[in-house]
Amino acid sequence: MGIVWMLMGVLVLYYGITVFGYPKLISGDQEDLVFGLIICFVLLPIIVGGLVIFGWYAWQGEYDEIEQG
Amino acid sequence: MSEKKKTSLPAVIGASSAGTMIEWYDFYIFGSLATVISTKFFPQDNPTAAFLSTLATFAAGFIVRPFGALFFGRLGDLIGRKYTFMMTLLLMGGATFLIGCVPGYEQIGFLAPLLVLLLRLLQGLALGGEYGGAATYVAEHSPENRRGFMTSWIQTTATLGLFVSLLVIMATRTMLTVEQFDDWGWRIPFLVSILMVYVSYLIRKNMEESPLFAKAKVTGKISKNPLKESFGNRLNFKFVLLALFGAVMGQGVVWYTGQFYAMSFMEKTMNIVKDQVDGIMLLALLFGTPFFLFFGWLSDKIGRKWIMMAGMLIAVLSYRPIYDRMYATVDVTGKQEISAVSTRESAPDPPGDSLLHTTRTFADGTVWKETTVARYGEAGNNSRTTVSIRVNDEARWTLIGLVFIQVIFVTMVYGPIAAFLVEMFPTKIRYTSMSLPYHIGNGVFGGLLPAVATYLVINAQERGAERWYLEGLWYPIGVAAVCFFIGMVYLGARNMRMVDDHAKQ
Repeated sequence: MGIVWMLMGVLVLYYGITVFGYPKLISGDQEDLVFGLIICFVLLPIIVGGLVIFGWYAWQGEYDEIEQG
Repeated sequence: MSEKKKTSLPAVIGASSAGTMIEWYDFYIFGSLATVISTKFFPQDNPTAAFLSTLATFAAGFIVRPFGALFFGRLGDLIGRKYTFMMTLLLMGGATFLIGCVPGYEQIGFLAPLLVLLLRLLQGLALGGEYGGAATYVAEHSPENRRGFMTSWIQTTATLGLFVSLLVIMATRTMLTVEQFDDWGWRIPFLVSILMVYVSYLIRKNMEESPLFAKAKVTGKISKNPLKESFGNRLNFKFVLLALFGAVMGQGVVWYTGQFYAMSFMEKTMNIVKDQVDGIMLLALLFGTPFFLFFGWLSDKIGRKWIMMAGMLIAVLSYRPIYDRMYATVDVTGKQEISAVSTRESAPDPPGDSLLHTTRTFADGTVWKETTVARYGEAGNNSRTTVSIRVNDEARWTLIGLVFIQVIFVTMVYGPIAAFLVEMFPTKIRYTSMSLPYHIGNGVFGGLLPAVATYLVINAQERGAERWYLEGLWYPIGVAAVCFFIGMVYLGARNMRMVDDHAKQ
């Protein structure tokens, strides 16, 4: 399952940049520019980094003990 | 030596909840009065001022809250919960009061938006530090088998803060004329906050430190570097990530959808008049708020996980039917129209435009008002139409019921989560560790909702999708579904006991 979360992180990165981040950065609108900067340099690193590390830990079995309750 | 009086649990809950509610109120009034504030401080014809306005809007929620969580979380684990969340209360109260005092752009020029931005960022910092402190403080006083119920009082504060902010603003608008409110009356909700903060300060000042922290301090078990132990230690960091992706991420989007998205959907997509929307939200929140306590209590009996997961699942499955039904209340096709009155006037600014006002009244009491601005002598494709609808009583109560259902989802995911987060981390790094995932889950995932939902809706409208108004819901549905899956797979099924300093690492 860990690989699923890591792949999800990569997908979020791809769509986050191509659909939200980059178009906002180049739109010419000031409000879009601020939002694009926040998306690309603050939010995506947190979300993508977090998902990839979470996936890595899951793949390594770090959460197996908790699953067994 | 004076005798130390043990603080009662109701006093602990009261002191923590009151202060947290006031902090939420302080944070919300800025957003609720954003339109007035922007005209006073951020004139759109000045690009730099407009830029600062955008920063104030986005940065306070997205970026600064997690930093506040880190800064105050660290302090709370080093010096104690009580003093830290006194600091957040005074910081928030001071910043809010000062926003009400800053002269407008017309008086002090560029300094005005700069000061307001700075104060708004301080609000975000303070809020980032408050919740973790309050939840930790109450939880560390609570008996294990009632922790969910006790901390659920803190969980009511965000909704109550929103409720009180709507009430205070509505009351102020009612007492003043439109011109008076626009001129100076909008400052009243900000200035009033300092009185509330002062009372809360007096109450909190007499509270004792959390017994668990006090014990950890006496036995030398506090952390020297809470940030490093929280996020640099793999054994703890994995729980921070699990808390975020398995619980708070979904809770954040459900919370935001049920309270803010519902409000903006009714106002901006359904075009219902603002005073009706505010009234609908007030009643739905009033009826729904007690359920925070109910689900907090229930989580003590059956566990935190099942209630939070059930809330997410039911929300995921029912958002689209609920919002479809909401939208149907303003569908006038099939309604019997009894009158349609149109008046035309010339617009003073710019000259040459004309305004066409049309009021359509229907037999069931629905009133539809439409204003079309058209350029004089030009074809209609340069016209712009705005609509505002006043729904009848039956539709109003339908909407109250549908929003109330969404508030129930909010109470299911949010009621138990304070206890859930507190139980995940040891005392010495609890304030730090629980605050960050909370503010990322709510600030980042929840805060992204308006922008992502708007993008999805506009996209759907442009491609002519039939139910374009529902497309914005795919974001909360998708995020909550992923969180539900992660939570079901990875969260332990049993009640999670408080991890303490003696737990095996």
